[in-house]
Amino acid sequence: MTLLAYVAADRLSAMLRRHPLANPVLIAVVLTAALLGATGTPYRTYFEGAQFVHFLIGPATVALAVPLYRNRQTVLRAILPMGAALLAGSLAAMLSALLIGRAFGMPEAVLASLAPKSVTAGVAMGIAEGLGGDAALAAVLVILTGAIGAVTVTPLMNGLRLKDMRARGFAAGLAAHGLGTARAFHVNPLAGTFAGIALALNALLSAILAPIVLRALL
Amino acid sequence: MIPGVALILLCQLAGEALAHGTGWPLPGPVLGMILLLALLLANDAWPRPVETGFVTAPAEGLLANLSLLFVPAGVGVVGKLDVLSQYGLGLAVALIASTLIGLAVTALVFAGVARLMAPAGAKGDAA
Repeated sequence: MTLLAYVAADRLSAMLRRHPLANPVLIAVVLTAALLGATGTPYRTYFEGAQFVHFLIGPATVALAVPLYRNRQTVLRAILPMGAALLAGSLAAMLSALLIGRAFGMPEAVLASLAPKSVTAGVAMGIAEGLGGDAALAAVLVILTGAIGAVTVTPLMNGLRLKDMRARGFAAGLAAHGLGTARAFHVNPLAGTFAGIALALNALLSAILAPIVLRALL
Repeated sequence: MIPGVALILLCQLAGEALAHGTGWPLPGPVLGMILLLALLLANDAWPRPVETGFVTAPAEGLLANLSLLFVPAGVGVVGKLDVLSQYGLGLAVALIASTLIGLAVTALVFAGVARLMAPAGAKGDAA
């Protein structure tokens, strides 16, 4: 089963080379899910095999220190804009998601799973559980958010006529965590670096903000 | 390659241990990242710095394939199709709108404050 999953993942990289704009994760997820459905394999069985790939998210987060270190001067120069953007962006993303969710009448458990949607998956699952949400649902919403962000960030930033790669990358990492960061690294290494910083800072800030914001809204 | 991977894993382990031990709301890997950054910076302050290529090369290899790592979690979507279809429209609107708002607000505030602060030309290094 793991082998089948890897075949799907392999096809992803081939597709990535063929269409640089198509999101590789979406393609790989659809392929793998279709494969699971076709073979009647339960997700649990697949995940047991694929958990090594999933586990690598942790070391990859640690590895973000390397681009951070390489660009330390650039990063230090931008410390104030980063702080302001972090607070504004994190609040804007969380509040808008929760307000829309509430307008659609979602129950509290779904809202709690929705609150950390811009945070990197492992952290978001922890936050959602702490708030009485569903960790697995949170993970799915996180991945969907990341995919949406990764696909929309470039056209959106071009539409806003923002050329500062630091701002574009920071936004991608903040709103769309690892997937936005991966996308930013594809576009520009500097953007990727700022995305990585935003990812780490937002994981931290959201863990603090999510309980406060959710309580204020309910 | 192997020593670099070992160092990354060691930083993660230390981060996880610190997170569990102190009960901070910080995730272990984020603490591990801060630790690795501190090590790299401390190495520079050393009179004869260690060559850091052994850790930067595997780190960059890992980051180049970052999106691949999210596939297993993403496939979890198949187990959540009931909730997703029940609140499908609301979730779709909430996710798309909030992601776009989050992206736009973050980038605009960043660019705005950067412009206020640094008229002296500390623009993005890449156009």
